[in-house]
Amino acid sequence: MSTFTLFCLIVVLAVIGFFAGRHKVNSQSKPLHSLPRYYGTYVALFAFIPALLVLLVWLLASPIFLGKTIASQITADMIPEGGSAELVLSDVSRIAQGLRAGADNGLILTENINDTVNLAVLADVLASSGVFLGGELNPDVLQLALSYTDAAAFSHFLMICVVLGLAMAGFVFAYGRVNPEFWARNRVEQTYLGVLILAAGLAILTTAGIVLSMLFETINFFQLHEMRDFFFGLNWAPNFHGDSELSILPLLWGTLYISLVALLVAVPVGLFAAIYLSEYASKTVRSVAKPLLEVLAGIPTIVYGLFALITFGPFLKDWFGDGGFLGVNWMGDARSVATAGIVMGIMLIPFVSSLSDDIINAVPQALRDGSYGLGATQSETVKQVVLPAALPGIVGAILLAASRAIGETMIVVLGAGAIARFTGNPLEALTTITTRIVSQLTGDGDFNSPETLVAFALGLTLFVITLALNIVALYIVRKYREQYE
Amino acid sequence: MKDQAMTTLETSVTDQNNKFSANNVDVYYGETHAIKDVSVNIENNTVTAFIGPSGCGKSTFLRCLNRMNDTIDICRVTGDIRLDGEDIYNAKVDPVQLRAKVGMVFQKPNPFPKSIYDNIAYGPRIHGLFKTKADLDGIVENSLRRAAIWDEVKDRLDAPGTGLSGGQQQRICIARAIATAPDVLLMDEPCSALDPIATAQVEELIDELRENFSVVIVTHSMQQAARVSQKTAFFHMGNLVEFGDTTKIFTNPEDPRTESYITGRIG
Ligand SMILES: Nc1ncnc2c1ncn2[C@@H]1O[C@H](COP(=O)(O)OP(=O)(O)O)[C@@H](O)[C@H]1O
Ligand SMILES: [Mg+2]
Repeated sequence: MSTFTLFCLIVVLAVIGFFAGRHKVNSQSKPLHSLPRYYGTYVALFAFIPALLVLLVWLLASPIFLGKTIASQITADMIPEGGSAELVLSDVSRIAQGLRAGADNGLILTENINDTVNLAVLADVLASSGVFLGGELNPDVLQLALSYTDAAAFSHFLMICVVLGLAMAGFVFAYGRVNPEFWARNRVEQTYLGVLILAAGLAILTTAGIVLSMLFETINFFQLHEMRDFFFGLNWAPNFHGDSELSILPLLWGTLYISLVALLVAVPVGLFAAIYLSEYASKTVRSVAKPLLEVLAGIPTIVYGLFALITFGPFLKDWFGDGGFLGVNWMGDARSVATAGIVMGIMLIPFVSSLSDDIINAVPQALRDGSYGLGATQSETVKQVVLPAALPGIVGAILLAASRAIGETMIVVLGAGAIARFTGNPLEALTTITTRIVSQLTGDGDFNSPETLVAFALGLTLFVITLALNIVALYIVRKYREQYE
Repeated sequence: MKDQAMTTLETSVTDQNNKFSANNVDVYYGETHAIKDVSVNIENNTVTAFIGPSGCGKSTFLRCLNRMNDTIDICRVTGDIRLDGEDIYNAKVDPVQLRAKVGMVFQKPNPFPKSIYDNIAYGPRIHGLFKTKADLDGIVENSLRRAAIWDEVKDRLDAPGTGLSGGQQQRICIARAIATAPDVLLMDEPCSALDPIATAQVEELIDELRENFSVVIVTHSMQQAARVSQKTAFFHMGNLVEFGDTTKIFTNPEDPRTESYITGRIG
């Protein structure tokens, strides 16, 4: 029975449970505490939810568990020269997959595979299922794969039993409890609450999981590379001789510099746009301009990146580069701090303006009336009453924009260049944390080398920075909201 | 000849005594006809109360007097409103200047999120009403004294105006309006967000303000109208039903609608 069939079965059981529960109370002539459908829902939920949860957990946990068991059985002589236990383990699971596929297609019978089997033929069978092996098929590895297949099949069988059993048990238990005096409505309410809490918990757990996995790789990195060089070194110079200098500081400089340029563009333009939209624009202008700005916010950042690479960078170079319109030679490459920063600023304009617009709108009309009533003009009112009142919220919005700028990847990958250094010249290329993460992970270096693992340390640092910024920003924005409630 | 001289003299006397004279005023919000052909005179050194059921147009009419309705896109005002004989809807009149002369206090206290001092100094700074810092200090102190709140705040002029109690905030708003040296004070239900004690303080203040300003107050408390005003205008569904001495309106109204309202049958 496939997992999908199993899932359909518990759904069917739940549907039957619904009608059974409803029928049970309907057939009794006593007055009901709740509407009949609540009794049905109660039985259905009990048949469905526990079984589904166990199914999900099982599907997630069993490969991990099986992998651990197999890994403990890998001996040193199975590991080929230059390989590692992890590679053998991945071979095992791939072979197991191939065997299963072969069996499903009727090419082999797993029961018939024993010591006398022709390994070359078997390798062909595996290849026909899309599993290609690097070297010869090691008989020990094959054995391990076979026991892996067995264990997986057993685990699957056990899962079917447990899940179906649980579904039926839930059904029977709930059906037994259902009677006209039973508070089905309240119980169903509680169950919904539980499901919602579970969903929220899952979201939080996932976040924690992501952070933890980054943390583990980061710890691995710091075992291979000095922490002092990472945080306080001055050079970013990865190489293949094992003595790379991997310091975050030049990258952080690039990140902050480009973000600063982006904010210098986005904050004034976005803020003025917001002031125009919320204070001056007529209803019709507003109803057209606001959605337009929001469309701008929906453009994928890769499109902005392409714009930086293909249009804006060359445009800047036409002015500032060798033989450009200004007759100066300040810009060697179309990719530079200014290219990426200004385009990123354009990307952030709708973000800043839409947040600021909300915040300015939250300033009570009574304050504006008070100011107009004293004979102030519109711009005096905006400058002296509306903006000061909205300032904390606007600062929050700017911090949120800053955290987006710092984490932005595509625009800087395409527009900023790849040179890590401390330069103050906005027309020179620089590199950022995010671009280095991309290049370190997509290079063909060994995964367990510090040159690759540094990506996780960089990612985690970036995460901490943006998280801190977001927390501060949200705190300020919330504080601001409270002020006017 | 003598008669004619007498009448001219008389009209000019009444004209001088009229701060505002409004004639045949209509106000529309888009399609809604909110004020219908209203004519009213507001006298110097008098408290005039506007009463009437909710939605009858009291605030709308009050806002015509300092052109606050200009800030509402869909609002259209027709008719003739004169302040000291000058048409305030004339294209030559700057509404911003007008509002400095006709101060306004709102229903909900709305101090700016600034210090008490800066709240009061807001108007004088915008209109350049002082030469030296000492002048400004004087204006602030004087306004706060006239609004009867100087003693309560003199030690914390740097504290935010939003941190005061509702009644204090409303008196700050009155002081803020006084600080621009207006001729008229418009008050739109200035006590409706206040407790009885604060209300009593503000009412007492209104009575004192009459010495220097003419005051127009919108209220839906008839007791309040009776206590603080000398003239009362009763509005009903956009019409000015009756206008006259407060004592007369409350003891001997001419229109049956006025009588129903003050005896509590419509409202
Ligand atoms: N800004 C506005 N836009 C549209 N209609 C309005 C507006 N303000 C008031 N009105 C309408 O004008 C009428 C009079 O309102 P208002 O002057 O506020 O009454 P009152 O102050 O006497 O309670 C009401 O019918 C109200 O719906
Ligand atoms: Mg009103």
